Amino acid sequence: MPITHPNLHLKKLPGAIPAWQGEITPDDLQPICQNVRDGGGRLVALWGSDVRAEGKCFALHVALVNEKGLICLNVLLPAEPPNYPDISGIFPAANRMQRATYDLLGIAAHESQDQRKWLRHAAWPGGSFPLRKDFVNDPLFNPYELDAYPFVQVEGVGVHEIAVGPVHAGIIESGHFRFSVVGEKVLRLEERFGYTHKGIEKRFESLNVQQAAKLAGRVSGDSTVAYAWAYAMAAESIAAVTPPDRALWLRALFLERERIANHLGDLGYLGNDVALSFGFAQFWILKEQVLRNNAALFGHRYSMDKIIPGGVAVDLVEPGQQTLIEECAMLEREVSLLRGIYDEHAGVQDRFIGAGRVEPKLAAQLGLCGLAGRASAQSWDARVQFPCAPYDKLDVQMATYRNGDVAARVIVRFDELFESLRLQREILAHLAQGDTLSVPLANLPVNSFGVGMVEGCRGEVLVAIHTDVRGKLTRVHPHDPSWQNWPVLEHAAMGNIVPDFPLINKSFNLSYSGQDL
Amino acid sequence: MYQLLKQIIKTGIKTEAAPLPDESMRVEPQRLQQEILQLFGSALNIRHVDAGSCNGCELEIHAVNNAYYNIEGLGIKFVASPRHADMLLVTGPVSRHMVTALKRTFDATPEPKLVVAIGDCACGGGIFTPCGADGVDESYASCGKVSNVIPVDVVVSGCPPTPTAILQGILTAISAQK
Repeated sequence: MPITHPNLHLKKLPGAIPAWQGEITPDDLQPICQNVRDGGGRLVALWGSDVRAEGKCFALHVALVNEKGLICLNVLLPAEPPNYPDISGIFPAANRMQRATYDLLGIAAHESQDQRKWLRHAAWPGGSFPLRKDFVNDPLFNPYELDAYPFVQVEGVGVHEIAVGPVHAGIIESGHFRFSVVGEKVLRLEERFGYTHKGIEKRFESLNVQQAAKLAGRVSGDSTVAYAWAYAMAAESIAAVTPPDRALWLRALFLERERIANHLGDLGYLGNDVALSFGFAQFWILKEQVLRNNAALFGHRYSMDKIIPGGVAVDLVEPGQQTLIEECAMLEREVSLLRGIYDEHAGVQDRFIGAGRVEPKLAAQLGLCGLAGRASAQSWDARVQFPCAPYDKLDVQMATYRNGDVAARVIVRFDELFESLRLQREILAHLAQGDTLSVPLANLPVNSFGVGMVEGCRGEVLVAIHTDVRGKLTRVHPHDPSWQNWPVLEHAAMGNIVPDFPLINKSFNLSYSGQDL
Repeated sequence: MYQLLKQIIKTGIKTEAAPLPDESMRVEPQRLQQEILQLFGSALNIRHVDAGSCNGCELEIHAVNNAYYNIEGLGIKFVASPRHADMLLVTGPVSRHMVTALKRTFDATPEPKLVVAIGDCACGGGIFTPCGADGVDESYASCGKVSNVIPVDVVVSGCPPTPTAILQGILTAISAQK
């Protein structure tokens, strides 16, 4: 058992990663969370569901992780009012997740100090909750009024605000940043998101298992493989099926190629953001070559929809293996050379070092995860701690660093890029043989729950699936690591100068769509 | 510095020939006169607006800036403000939370202006938007395709569209109608 608590009776879930589920009362939520926190565990995701059709009221779901695996808590809430104890005092990352859960479902963390709305702007009225089953998904309420959001105001002589977004200056997703500054120095940054909220979770409810895989692959386009795999893993966990070996190896190949492509792109932009446009030009040539190989070998530049519940939709055929081995050699050679140029470029290092620092202590306190977490000594990587096949045979080396600044996040990107290239070589050398690429998976058992977690390019992506009395998808919750990391970016920017913010932001490279849903 | 210069020389020129305009992407007749199109054809400024995309289309818009597609080599560049722009490149199903920002961005763009919708969601609502039997392609959170909110001249479908298709859509918008 991952944790012991007198009121917690955990049941092991089938599937690729170690996960347990247990039902608790609201009163036990805080003590159990504290227990996990004290043992070095973290909050991964928090969501709610409407279970009134089952004769219950509403349920809160909390996914925690410790060194043993995932702990999924089901908390049945009382009817009036459907509230639960605030856990943001234990896990600060819970704050926005709790507020979003209220906006979508009307269940609240009582006694939470921050009761502001989070995902809701003006598309639907307060007191109306899209994820309730009796919500009418019609575009009827449509006032397009301006959204009034109570930003925290900083007072003092010479303090002024800079409002940026939702439409940004570059080719970026939409979101709002409110800087309070004195001169050039950032005193405080506050984020306001939800602009790209397009109703993904509501949309899941009307799709079948296979259609929903496509939607899962579009929660955050740059992590399409990670989401598709996490979704498939959750569906396979419920259905208790295991995809063919070869399919699992191909999934890992797609995932590592997604990481390679994204890290190449980010390293290019990090050069660009410190005025070394040479970096952008060079790294994006390499990224383009990876994407073109994807298109030629797998039929899509980002391998979208190539992971399906039950397996994969495309095979690697000759001479694909040879193409990728040559690509590995080329990338190792070129990236080593470019890393040398970045390392020796005084102007680049001057901007990278010390910018946007998140000390390990703060990172641990706030729950910084994924790549940014590893650059601040938070050594979590699902491929290492919970190696599902084929990672159990690959011995993934985790890249970590302590400095927590832009330079550290650059170093971790370089290290992970080389590790992914090594993994790609290993995968190509040991790719399981076989003619079947998938097992049938069309129907899920009734009233079931499954969960999948995959280490995507920016951190752990979790997808949870609940089925109803007919085996339909009644609730699907995709969780992006950006939920944890966006609030930490606010801290990373503090004390830096405004012109360094684009660089700091890029060094985290978080998803807006992934958290706006 | 020696390594850097050596790498530039070794890399050489990667840029490929630009695609030709494709009339099938045009959804509104060309409104602009030949003289203006000639000016746009040699110096076009684009403002990108993510109206609710999954960021997949953004990846490919970034890619048109890489050395292979080299959009700046064609005299086309992305600018930081709609007030400097001749064209809006809009992605995503338009989320209701982005409607005001999208309309304001459109209004801030000086005439003459063009709008190119990028990706299946921007062209038809995509996977995020339920398509009801009664033709309603909206939900509580999404207004569906871009032309439901602002006028669109050219559409580029794909999920995401390739950089070549995006470039083709842009070039179609600034070409004389055949």
